[in-house]
This record gives sequence, C-alpha cells and structure tokens, in this order.
Amino acid sequence: MALYEYTAGRLAEMLRTKETSSVEITRSVLERIDAVEEKLRCYVTVSPEEAVKMAEEADRRLAAGDGKPLTGIPIAIKDNMCWKGHRTTCASKILHNFHPPYDSTVVRLLKEEGIVILGSANMDEFAMGSSTETSHWGPTRNPWNVEMIPGGSSGGSAAAVAAGEAVVTLGSDTGGSIRLPAAFCGVSGMKPTYGAVSRYGLVAYASSLDQIGPIARDARDIALLLNIICGHDPKDSTSVPRDYPNFSNSLDKPVKGMKIGLPREFFDKLEDPDVNRVMKDARQIYRSLGVSFVDLSLPHLDYALAAYYIIAPSEASSNLARYDGVKYGFRAENFDGMIDMYCRSRAEGFGAEVKRRIMLGTYALSSGYYDAYYLKAAKIRTLITNDFRKAFEECDAILCPTAPSPPFRIGEKMDDPIQMYLTDVFTIPVNMAGLPGMAIPGGFSSDGLPIGIQLVASHFEEARLVQLSSAFQKETDHHLKRPSL
Amino acid sequence: MDYEAVIGLEIHAQLLTDSKAFCSCTTRFGAEPNSNTCPICLGMPGVLPVLNRKALEFTVKMALACNCRINEFNRFARKNYYYPDLPKNYQISQYELPISENGFVEIETSQGKRRIGLTRIHMEEDAGKLIHDETKPVSYVDLNRTGVPLIEIVSEPDIRSPEEAGAFLRELRAVLVYLGICDGNMEEGSFRCDANVSVRPKGEQALGIKTELKNMNSFRFVERGLQFEIDRQIELLKAGERIVQETRLFDSATGTTASMRSKEYAHDYRYFPDPDLLPIRVEPALVERLRSELPELPTEKKLRFVNEFGIPAYDAGVLTASRELALYFEETVKLFPKPKMVSNWIMTELMRRLKGEEHGIDSCPISAEQLAALLRLVDEGSISGKIAKTVFDEMFDTGKDSSAIIEEKGLVQISDQGELVEIARKVLEDNPSEVEKYLEGKTKLMGFFVGQVMKVTQGKANPAMVNQILMEELKKR
Repeated sequence: MALYEYTAGRLAEMLRTKETSSVEITRSVLERIDAVEEKLRCYVTVSPEEAVKMAEEADRRLAAGDGKPLTGIPIAIKDNMCWKGHRTTCASKILHNFHPPYDSTVVRLLKEEGIVILGSANMDEFAMGSSTETSHWGPTRNPWNVEMIPGGSSGGSAAAVAAGEAVVTLGSDTGGSIRLPAAFCGVSGMKPTYGAVSRYGLVAYASSLDQIGPIARDARDIALLLNIICGHDPKDSTSVPRDYPNFSNSLDKPVKGMKIGLPREFFDKLEDPDVNRVMKDARQIYRSLGVSFVDLSLPHLDYALAAYYIIAPSEASSNLARYDGVKYGFRAENFDGMIDMYCRSRAEGFGAEVKRRIMLGTYALSSGYYDAYYLKAAKIRTLITNDFRKAFEECDAILCPTAPSPPFRIGEKMDDPIQMYLTDVFTIPVNMAGLPGMAIPGGFSSDGLPIGIQLVASHFEEARLVQLSSAFQKETDHHLKRPSL
Repeated sequence: MDYEAVIGLEIHAQLLTDSKAFCSCTTRFGAEPNSNTCPICLGMPGVLPVLNRKALEFTVKMALACNCRINEFNRFARKNYYYPDLPKNYQISQYELPISENGFVEIETSQGKRRIGLTRIHMEEDAGKLIHDETKPVSYVDLNRTGVPLIEIVSEPDIRSPEEAGAFLRELRAVLVYLGICDGNMEEGSFRCDANVSVRPKGEQALGIKTELKNMNSFRFVERGLQFEIDRQIELLKAGERIVQETRLFDSATGTTASMRSKEYAHDYRYFPDPDLLPIRVEPALVERLRSELPELPTEKKLRFVNEFGIPAYDAGVLTASRELALYFEETVKLFPKPKMVSNWIMTELMRRLKGEEHGIDSCPISAEQLAALLRLVDEGSISGKIAKTVFDEMFDTGKDSSAIIEEKGLVQISDQGELVEIARKVLEDNPSEVEKYLEGKTKLMGFFVGQVMKVTQGKANPAMVNQILMEELKKR
C-alpha cells in the first residue's frame, strides 16, 4: 500500500513511530496528484513546493517532540477558505486572481497543528451547486466513474480524498455541500453544528447556513479533524463559546441501547431501489448492534427546500455584492462609467448559477416581497428547527439517506435547476435547523457507484455522530473500498 | 393663505470610540488615505464583523439622555446599495428592532419651550470618502472612515421652523458632547444633518409633499437651507404648482437648494437581518449601570445655574453650551462667589479672546484660579475695571498671574485718600473756569474732572474714591 492510501490516523501513528516522515507522505500524495489529477480535476491550485516546505517544518517539529496529533499530515482545503498569500478563487472568474492578505481561522488552526496544506480543492462557483459543474475551472469528476459528477459543492474535496489526492480535506456545507459529495465519492464527511467551527475567512455564500467541516476516509479521521477545527473564535460573532470534547474518545463507545429516529417524510419519497436497499442494510447493521428504532414525523420538512431557496439566495445576493470590480478580483476591460463597470464586471465575472441565485435573492428581499418570501421562509425555518427539537426528545440520532439517488452523469441536470436542487432534499433541512449531520459510505449501486447514509444529531452532539459512524464502520467495509483509477 | 413648515431631521453622529464599529482599526482622523484599514473594514471576501461594545454603550447613553425606550432585544440589518465608498456594497445598520425608540428632547426658542419627539436612535457604520480628481474623470477612494461607528438620530416631523431646527440640533449636539461620545464637529462631518421638509396650510393635518435636504454642514446653513426651501415650497404652492418629492442639495455659496435626484428612482435597500451578527440583548443591568453613569445634562445644568447662581437664563444657556465651559464657570465661582460678575467676564472678555485665538476652553491660557484672583482684585478695588481688562489681555497672552502683571507694570490702584485729595485739589485749581461753570449748575463737568484725575494718575485712581473726593472738594468751593 502506498502512503497516500492510508488514513490520517494511521499515518500519524507511523510518524510517531518514525516509520515514515511528513516529507515522504507529502511526496507520495503529490505523486498521486501528478498521476490522476488530469483525469479528475480535484484541485483549483496545488502548491507542491510550499507543501514540501511545510512537510519539512512538520518533520522538524516532530523530531523536536513538538508534534501535535496531525502534525505532518497533508490536507487540501476548499477553494473558499482564505489562505494568506495563496490564490483563493471560490471557483469563480470574479475572484480568479484573488490572493487574500489574511488567513481564515481554520487555516490558522491547521498551520498551528503543523498540517501540510497541499492546495485548494475545486468546488461549485461560490459553493452554489450540487455537482461541482458550476466551477469556473471546469467540473471535477467522480473517481468511481469519471463520467459521473462527484456531488457538490465540495466535489473537489471529496473526490481528492477518494482518489488519494489528499489524506483528508476540509469542505463547507450550506445545504449539503460536504455530505452530498462525501456520499457520492464513497468517503465520510461531517457538517458540524452551526457555530461549532469559525466561519472567519470562509468566503460567504449564505452566512446563516455555511459551516466548515471535515471530509476523510473514516470516522476516526473525522474525529481527529474536529478536534482541531471546533472551537470558539472571537472573530466570528456566530461562533459558540463552549467546551468541545475530544471527539476521538467517542470512537469506541458502544451504541447498544441507543435509539435512532426514522422520520417518515425522509423515506416516503424514496424511489431509488439502490438507495432503498442501502438504507435497509444500514438499519439491519444498527439493529445488530443493539440500536432500536422509532418512527417519527417532521411535519414541515416538505417546505425546507423551498424555504432554503429563499433564504440562501437572499443572503447570497447581499454577500456577493462586494464583487464589483472596484477593489480586487475581476474587472471588465471595457466599460462606460462606474455603473457600467459594475454591471459588466459582474455580468462577465459570475457564472449562470450564481447569477440565478443573486437574482432570486434580490427579488425575494425587494420591497413589497420581503414579507411574502424572506420572512415566511424564516418562519418555516423556525418550524423545521422545532420539528427536529421534538424529534430528538424521542431519539438520540436520526438516520436517513444523503441523496435520493446515486451520482448522476456530468451534464445530466445542468439544464434543469429544479432537478439539481432536489438532489439536496435530504441534506438541506439539517442546515436549516443548524444541526450536525454526517454522511458515511453505506454501500454501492448496481453500477458500482457509492451511496451514502446520513446521520443527524441534536445541536453540538457531533460526538454521537462519530460514535455511531465509527460503530457502523467497524461492522462494514464500504469505507475501505477504493476506486480503481 | 398662511402656511406652516413641517420639518423632520436625521442626524448622524460619529462616536468617539478608539476603534471602528466592527473591527479593531483606529478611528483617528487625518491619517494617510486607506492606512486605517484592515481586511474586515475593506470588505474582503470571508471577513466577519464583531460589534464594538463601546459603540453599543455610547448609543445606549445617548438614548437614555434623550428619554428613549431601550429595546432589550434588537438587531443589525443590512442596507444594500452599490457605491464605491462602501466596500461590502451594504451598510450594517439597524432597521426593524433598532436599539432605541420613542424619545424626545426639549428645546427653547423665542417662541418658548417645546418638546421634539425622536422616532429612534440606532447604530450603524460610516462609509468611506470619494475624492474626485478635478482634472480628469477619476475618483479615488479613501476607506479610513469606513466602519467608524455612527448613531443615527431620527426626529419626528415635530419641528415647525428653521429656528426650532437650529435649537434642536444645538441641543442634541450639546448632549452628545456632554456625554463625551461625539465631538460634534459639523465642519469635519462628525455631526451631520439631513432634513425632510414640507409645508402645508396652517390648520391642515395632512402632510404636504416633502423634499430631503442635504449638504448643510453648519448650524447656520441648516437654518438658511430650511428657510430657503420653505419659502420655495410656499411660493410654488401659491403659484398653484406641485412640489416634486426629491433630494435637494444646499449650496452654501448662494444660500439656495437645487435638485439632486428624483425619488422616482427611490432606492430599494432590501433590508434584512444581518446573518453575521447575532441579535443583541441589552441587559437591564447594563442599562441601569449606564444610566447611573450619565453626567448632568445641559438642560438640567442650565436650570441649576439659574436657580443656584441667580444668573439670567440667557447666561446659563451660554455657559452650559459646553461641559468644559460650565465647569470653568463653576470652578471660578467656587473661588470667587459673585456669579453674575464671573458670568459677565467669561461671556464678554474670555469668550472674545477664545474666539479670536480659536482656543477651546480646554486650552484656555487663564485658569479658573487666575480669573478668580483677578476678579477679586477688581472687587476689592485694587484695580479699576478698565485696568483689569488690560491685565486680562496680558494674562491671556502670557499666562502670568494678575498680581505679577500689576506689579510689573505698576498698575495698582491709587486708593490713598490723602494722595487722591491732593491730586483732586490740583486738578480743580488748574481748571478754574470749569469749576465756575460746574458751580453754576453744569454738573455734567464732573466727568471732565474725573477724567483729569485719571489722566494724572494714568488711570490708576480708584474711580469710586475719585468721585467722592471731587464731590466733597467742589462742595467746599
């Protein structure tokens, strides 16, 4: 087995026992990138020299006994996390040349840990999409079948982990953007509770929904990354000050006696036979581990998608107003006066999906429509949150699909936004309620494409998700399977 | 037909916090363009705002001083519009649920006392500045001011005349300055005022069509701009024309207003709650602490000055216009307890010099102790009032004590009875014809004799004594 194939947890052990070095690991991953990147396009920017330098520094730290749990492990970050001096484009033409003058809080935390940052992973433009096809840099391909999309918007981050182009990665999740690509690429991904990870330096799509989280090969690596990134940040007013546990402590806790809720609204509409089978298998495994099930109802779930497509575009229309060609990023070459400069820079700098959402949001916030759209959507959001709150009085976690189908073909849904939006029907409610949700590999379709299951817990119960997914992965080997490339 | 004006004012006051509203950049004025900036106030991708607690406390203080209700639960909203001086292309402000509402301030004009209602006082951030190149079609952006905390004070349409508007503004400014939360400088723009003005026939309840006036950067300009606009609107109505709802700019050179843009293109600011900032809970305990920290406010102080010192309301008004001046007055009175005399000296001599040299009272070269000492000398009769003024000017120029100046220049008043009698007799002897005329009844000549004595003594003779002595000497003849 090559070094790039190991989990971060295993590599960390090997570093501690001096079986290998960070430079060796990093070079192995960089070689893998060289070998398969052209096929997959997981990255927007790779910085190999910088990565090796960081690895050398990590080796020095390790040699000096100054290492932390993940010192020396190579990671890729999503291209919407500011990394000082390194191009951060959000996969958009409008930021194609933007080099942030500051580090996002997550990048600072990674640097402090001594993690090796390989580069920035591809994504849907401004994280708007479910397939990584809206990227200005072109689509990322699913490592299990390059004709297929990897899911989105953190498609580059998920595909990179699946293909060995990174050991672990960070993604961001506004409506499913970590969990969907994790499921479609056969890896594990968690969206933590809103407020658990600082958003400072994460280029905003929809501020009240965006949350950074880890993508990795197993629950153990997810826990290791959560240990680094969860925490209060005074630079983010929505970051919650509290004590976060050592998530690794939950890996080996038995799940016997736990109660899992099965909301009927999630299963009623499930048509895909492969997804149905995988969900049934998952229930079987948990039952064998001594978990019991409760049927429950989340009555307002049906409105989640519609409300999301009011709230997220509304916030986006305001968040993306700053890209105007004045201060940084793309500016149209020919224009006639200031207003025309704004118009042309934005018309040429943004892609179609981003423009669609800016227009949706602008409309929803307009005078005379605000009450009917934004305000109503905000009320639905409260109702959904209350539904979940009630549900968690009856169960410890919820089990549901991550997506209604296995990965689809590149181009298949690009002309049909509604069909594309429906891909996120099972993940969006979790963001609307600010809950932690985790996707883990649950099996494969008849065509050999990965299918994920999703676990959802109450606010700040990430440890319970780690516990449940770790237990699942001890009983199954879906997460150990690798695509042949 | 008689018309009346209906005026509402919107005031923006920059808060005197050390750092900006949502980042830690300094708010200091006058630095190199764009030097007091950071990724947050520059609106870089991914940055987030964190509220400056001082800005919140200052706003609560102002709200309390203006009798507002504090909304325990309030929140920030985004006001969306595109302009190059606004890096995020939205301004963090408050819309629904501002921090305070429903206040009032009392004003006093020639028409008497009136209460002007306040709709709200809320927090927001300032925008940057555009500097336009006069020679080519280029504008430069300076973002030093971007993110400086502001409060917006919105009055009810309760104001009926430019005079009332002026009084209202002065009162608000005095309160802000008293609280130490704004320097109140209209010329530099740390205290700005826009006005909404309409006119209607007297007795009519419905409001007329209003115009919005901008660019009035002094109290005088506010009054002049409003007067011009009121007259303009009344003339239009009298001529049977309609008023166009629009924004008009005041031109201080001509004293007129001119249309800037029509409200037909009214901005839709698409306000919505700012998702980057949590709703704010203003704890009642905080409100009570801030209330207990409120200083004596101008109106209270003015009333106390009238009652405690027995000075006229006008004097009290002038003396309490600034907290420092009021303090100076009080300190002087403490050392020299003749309030009216102190007030006269401050309002005439001191203010004349301060204005001339553009000193604030805080950099006055004459301390309260020094002024009290000078006045005591006058009161005791050691120097005449006239000499005192000379001494005062010398004190102002040099910062020296009055006693030192008097000694240096030999200005001590001659109050020696024997010496003065001698001088008086000499003067009468030297002017026999005037004495004769005086004795014939031309008593006005007394002034002439006094003047002669003063001339001989170079003004140092005690005037009261001189009068007395001359009277007695003339009686003897």
